[in-house]
Amino acid sequence: MYTYNDFDEAFVRTRVAQFADQVERRISGVLPEDEFRPLRLMNGLYLQLHAYMLRVAIPYGTLNSRQMRQLAHIAQTYDKGYGHFTTRQNIQYNWPKLKDVPQILSDLADVEMHALQTSGNTIRNVTADHFAGAAADEIEDPRPTAELLRQWSTDHPEFQFLPRKFKIAVSGAVHDRAVTLAHDIGVRIVRNDAGEVGYQIIVGGGLGRTPMVGKIIKDWLPKADLLPYVEAVVSVWNLLGRRDNKYKARIKITVFENGLEEFSRLVEDRFAVIRPTFSGVDQELLAEIWSHFATPAYLNAPIDGYLDRLNRDGAFRAWVDTNIAAHKVDSYAIVTVSTKKHGNTPGDVTDAQMRALADIGETYGHDELRISHEQNVILPHVHRSNLPAVYDALRQIDMATANVGLISDIIACPGMDYCALATARSIPVAQEIALRFEALKLEHEVGPLKIKISGCINACGHHHVGHIGILGLDRAGVENYQITLGGDGTEDTVIGEKTGPGFSYETITDAIERIVMTYLSLRTSAEETFLQAYRRVGMAPFKAALYEEAKAHAAE
Amino acid sequence: MSRRFTPKVVTANHLLDGDAIWLTADDRWTRNMCEAELIEDEAHADLRLLFAAGQKSVVVGAYLADAIAGPNGPEPTHFREDFRTKGPSNYAHGKQVELQ
Ligand code: SF4
Repeated sequence: MYTYNDFDEAFVRTRVAQFADQVERRISGVLPEDEFRPLRLMNGLYLQLHAYMLRVAIPYGTLNSRQMRQLAHIAQTYDKGYGHFTTRQNIQYNWPKLKDVPQILSDLADVEMHALQTSGNTIRNVTADHFAGAAADEIEDPRPTAELLRQWSTDHPEFQFLPRKFKIAVSGAVHDRAVTLAHDIGVRIVRNDAGEVGYQIIVGGGLGRTPMVGKIIKDWLPKADLLPYVEAVVSVWNLLGRRDNKYKARIKITVFENGLEEFSRLVEDRFAVIRPTFSGVDQELLAEIWSHFATPAYLNAPIDGYLDRLNRDGAFRAWVDTNIAAHKVDSYAIVTVSTKKHGNTPGDVTDAQMRALADIGETYGHDELRISHEQNVILPHVHRSNLPAVYDALRQIDMATANVGLISDIIACPGMDYCALATARSIPVAQEIALRFEALKLEHEVGPLKIKISGCINACGHHHVGHIGILGLDRAGVENYQITLGGDGTEDTVIGEKTGPGFSYETITDAIERIVMTYLSLRTSAEETFLQAYRRVGMAPFKAALYEEAKAHAAE
Repeated sequence: MSRRFTPKVVTANHLLDGDAIWLTADDRWTRNMCEAELIEDEAHADLRLLFAAGQKSVVVGAYLADAIAGPNGPEPTHFREDFRTKGPSNYAHGKQVELQ
């Protein structure tokens, strides 16, 4: 993985020292909050409902065991013994004290991590496919490209005061696991007709108040043109973007208001000016970055023990069925470690679990760990002979739940339990739905189903692209949950459709159960997934189950 | 149409730990909302908010929140303010355990 050079190291250390000084001046009263606030946000420090919150970047979700151990150390020393992994592959600490934050940042710098550009109107942490470098369907590892973009965007002088925040995601596989169509810019590594590898560029996607599916602005871009092209896109938006209205400031609105054709024309004009200024240094840098992403030294070992365990241990087999994905090397597997044991807070991992995960990753996973936008932890390279040992070790820390991709593998943002912007809670809704379906023993029968919950219109929980999306709102001082159906966050991204009036905190789980029961009653076979069934029958039967039956009951 | 003034408390976050705090009638900041000053008069509310906003090295983001008189002192009327008096619902963290 990428390691800091002297320049990176000095840069991060300088920023930590600057922030330490700023915190000191804030505490002594020299620096007023109005001036301190933008400075703390530049360092990822928010003030939430009950405490400060520090958001630490995990670039493209990649960690080694040493970094994971340091995250555990921070959770244990400065927080309440856990951290929360987010949908942007970051980790958030919910309880740091202001005076400790400079030391936390210094501890992070010790393992080449930081909290820069995790907030504010800048280019945020670049995300990527969490199966990067391992997936069987991969064209090329997206992480070197993501790292190039990260280096280019970090502290870029032109892009520190953008109209709004700006998010870039990179995918290098056939199946899009990075939700590139719901980002300000999506970069997809693709092959053209001649078989050459290049980039497809998507702009103007985004969730939030006005959800939009991104549009392809460039079908195939030569690799060497990536930075000048992306820079052209960002700078056209930087000039055109609406700074008068925060809800219209994102690039999706700029593209929508100007039309893709006009926007694209402006980008081409700008690109023509910028391109000659890129002398090729970026390509030398990219080549250097690639050297940090060498393929692990794969093992060659018999897998009889694994096959034997599969045959005799049903629980192990169930876990393999749900939590293992195909690796590009047949004898290897990608393990998704679920953070979502029924009743747990999605994305929360204790310091002890983090340490154990670091050990497992180091011993059985070529020292690599990933955080997925679905708030799970990934071991991207596990030889199949080691799967039983990994499973046993995960059981020890209560993280062997076999539910990846199932109804209890819910994305939930922090919502009103922590977030100052929230209009309703999301965590307890996720907990209750997971516990309900566990009690009903229906989870495996229901099969693949993605529920995603946001605690406000900002949509950090990606509810628009959940097969079932739940949005928590404040309706006249009461929590109210709006349901959407049919959303999809893959390469066929679709924004879900609202069912109708929302449900109270007390009735939302019942409503979800009615939707799922309706699906089970109308699917053509167990092979027809919820999403497929919804696409076939549409909204009507679900609407009837949600509203007409409820009305009928009320009339009885 | 003039809105009728509803009772308020002055609340903010503590500068050092970010915890929710409320202004008392004797100019202290308390972590226990029932000790807060319940303000029934709009002009007085404005004055108290100004006082709070002036405490720059103690508090962050002071604002007026709706409240009603309860048996032990002011109580929140909105669920958001209610959570601020307790802490999160997923763990026994924050005021629900710290104020015991
Ligand atoms: S969706 Fe809203 S409530 Fe949830 S984390 Fe984002 S801003 Fe906070």
